[in-house]
Amino acid sequence: MTPPTLRSKDLLGIEPLSPEEIALILDTAESMSSIGQREMKKVPALRGRMIVNLFFEASTRTRFSFETAEKWLSADSLNFAAKGSSVEKGESLLDTARNLQAMSPDLIVIRHGTPGVPHFLARNLKAGVVNAGDGAHEHPTQALLDALTLRRHFGRLSGLTVTITGDILHSRVVRSNIWLLTKMGARVRVCGPPTLLPPGIAEMGVEATHDFDAALDGADAVMMLRMQLERQGSSYFPSTREYFKRYGLTAPRLARAHPHAVVLHPGPMNRGVEISSEVADSPRSLILEQVSNGVAVRMAVLYLLLTGHSWEGDA
Amino acid sequence: MNLTRPLLIRAGRLLDPAAGRDEVADLLLAEGLVAGIGGTPPRDVEVFEAAGLCVFPGFIDLHAHLREPGREYAETIATGLAAAAAGGFTAVCAMPNTEPVNDSRPITEYIAAKARGEAGTRLYPIGAITKGQRGEELAEFGEMRVAGAVAVSDDGRWLSDGSLLRHAFEHARLFGIPVVQHAEDSTLSHGAPMHEGAVSTRLGLAGQPAIAEAAAVARDLLIAEVSHGRLHVAHVSTGRTIELVRGARGQGIAVTCEVTPHHLILTDEEVARSGFSTNAKMNPPLREAADQESLIAALNDGTIDAVATDHAPHHEDEKAVDFDTAPFGIVGLETAVSLVHDRLVLSGRLPLTRFVEVFSSSPAKAFGLPGGTLSPGAPADVTLFDPRRRWRVEAARFLSLSRNTPFEGWELTGAPVATVVGGRVVWRRMDG
Repeated sequence: MTPPTLRSKDLLGIEPLSPEEIALILDTAESMSSIGQREMKKVPALRGRMIVNLFFEASTRTRFSFETAEKWLSADSLNFAAKGSSVEKGESLLDTARNLQAMSPDLIVIRHGTPGVPHFLARNLKAGVVNAGDGAHEHPTQALLDALTLRRHFGRLSGLTVTITGDILHSRVVRSNIWLLTKMGARVRVCGPPTLLPPGIAEMGVEATHDFDAALDGADAVMMLRMQLERQGSSYFPSTREYFKRYGLTAPRLARAHPHAVVLHPGPMNRGVEISSEVADSPRSLILEQVSNGVAVRMAVLYLLLTGHSWEGDA
Repeated sequence: MNLTRPLLIRAGRLLDPAAGRDEVADLLLAEGLVAGIGGTPPRDVEVFEAAGLCVFPGFIDLHAHLREPGREYAETIATGLAAAAAGGFTAVCAMPNTEPVNDSRPITEYIAAKARGEAGTRLYPIGAITKGQRGEELAEFGEMRVAGAVAVSDDGRWLSDGSLLRHAFEHARLFGIPVVQHAEDSTLSHGAPMHEGAVSTRLGLAGQPAIAEAAAVARDLLIAEVSHGRLHVAHVSTGRTIELVRGARGQGIAVTCEVTPHHLILTDEEVARSGFSTNAKMNPPLREAADQESLIAALNDGTIDAVATDHAPHHEDEKAVDFDTAPFGIVGLETAVSLVHDRLVLSGRLPLTRFVEVFSSSPAKAFGLPGGTLSPGAPADVTLFDPRRRWRVEAARFLSLSRNTPFEGWELTGAPVATVVGGRVVWRRMDG
């Protein structure tokens, strides 16, 4: 039984969601995805609602995806990038929150480099808050769009084995995916070099290994994480060449996974660092579907949080 | 000089572990000293009715930040000492990380004089080990000692230069004072905002591994050994540190250490539970349940000498920022005694006698301070405590200027009800 709506005014992470709430968001996204296929890509569902996109960290695809979702739902949106803003002039987070509140937005979409900032805003604002990535903590809409992509492909999430490989330590995508996939009954393996596998990760209910070949064995889906190139030369790993040799996804390596296995990547990709072009551009890659599904998932989240009821279609 | 009348504390439960005393008796204080126990009091005395109350030797806090000079918006010597008195403390040791740093005699004198002017809880200054706490050249221990310094410490900055630490230990021997180290190898901790473990992994926050503390302590102990120094390890927080200190004691190394109430009572889960509250951010960070068990065992078996607050006031604005940016530290003077009583004594995990020791005689001994007992002739410093009083932590009512506590709203049983310094009641609980 899916509930009619979400319990909270905020989407701060996947961790606090129930499996029923996750299913509700995915089902809603499924039925909203047709909006993007139309010639007239707009429904009046959120007309008159104001959404502020507050991005303290650089983002292209997540911000565009939210903006697209907002436009298709007819919400008014304001974009705020930290660069050149009062935050750069030393305004405290609490003052930023209060100033925003004074403009009576209905929803804030926030990305910030520090875990917990969306939680801080949610406590201090009447408006709802959507976490669009907080440091290495969570990126819930990314995990939801990954789940929608997998569910559309396999028809289910339960029972799938998903291998997530790369910089586990610094990834918010992996944490949200672990919560989501394990709540929905999938098996999760995380894999990366020992320097990038954080302590206690197995306590999140996953198998952790630094042996990529073993991690791929029989997997239904392989999710590759972006290797942050600025970390090269740090003590995490000596070079991208050495990294690619052990943790890059190539066609021969992918052959160790299940024959029907698919490949995901949250983007932006570093071809030749964590994934070969051959794999990224192959029919097994769902990477561009992820992007399209991102808009549907974000429409669903915005709609459910702002209206408090389920989507009956716009007919 | 002392013009106050003698004070008779009548019919309280006199609990003085250093003297082996636990009995209901009258305590007479006169001319700033304990004048007698039991017996017939002189006619002209002030009487404090203490029936049903505990009468403890004055509690001593080895580790507080009173922020003056330099950050008077967060705390002053006056408000810090008032908070200390309201927390049942008759003496506090003030860390030197003020602005300017307490690294020379005029600053030590300034702090000591300000405290004398308050005529309340006693203040014992701690001087810096190195000038400006920069870790480069030794400060003048002797000059600061003359002005009242009882120990030296570079506080939040671990003195990582081995030769300099060796010389600090050797030089401090001239004055009989301990060298206090905040043990943290920053090449391992990187100033991360919380403890490294399953919780930091789940929350995506950078973590300080427990070994950042233990590795620093291990090195400090070896240097203390060769230089015959007296090492006091501030706020121990990990099980590994406890093992090292216990082992060093066994080998005769002169080491003492303290633990904070928050490390005894909270774990790193508090960061998650509180939704990234910056009042769960302190240094050393809150550790794991296994560390907490080690700390409690060590407090019981004497490996840990004292409970110290690490009272670290910060203005609300400084804490109303994101978790990475927020400064480390919480206030503690007004909650420490009740928290340890409620969570450890009442739950049967710390005997009442040991509770009194770790707040009085044992810290006094660690730093060579007067007090810690109520034997006749000792300073007339007394903590009056009601073990049955229930109260609720409300930061808005603190006498401290700052409100940064993770214990807001906690219901506690046991509270200080009056604080006596030099035979004078300097604070008395007013509320119901």
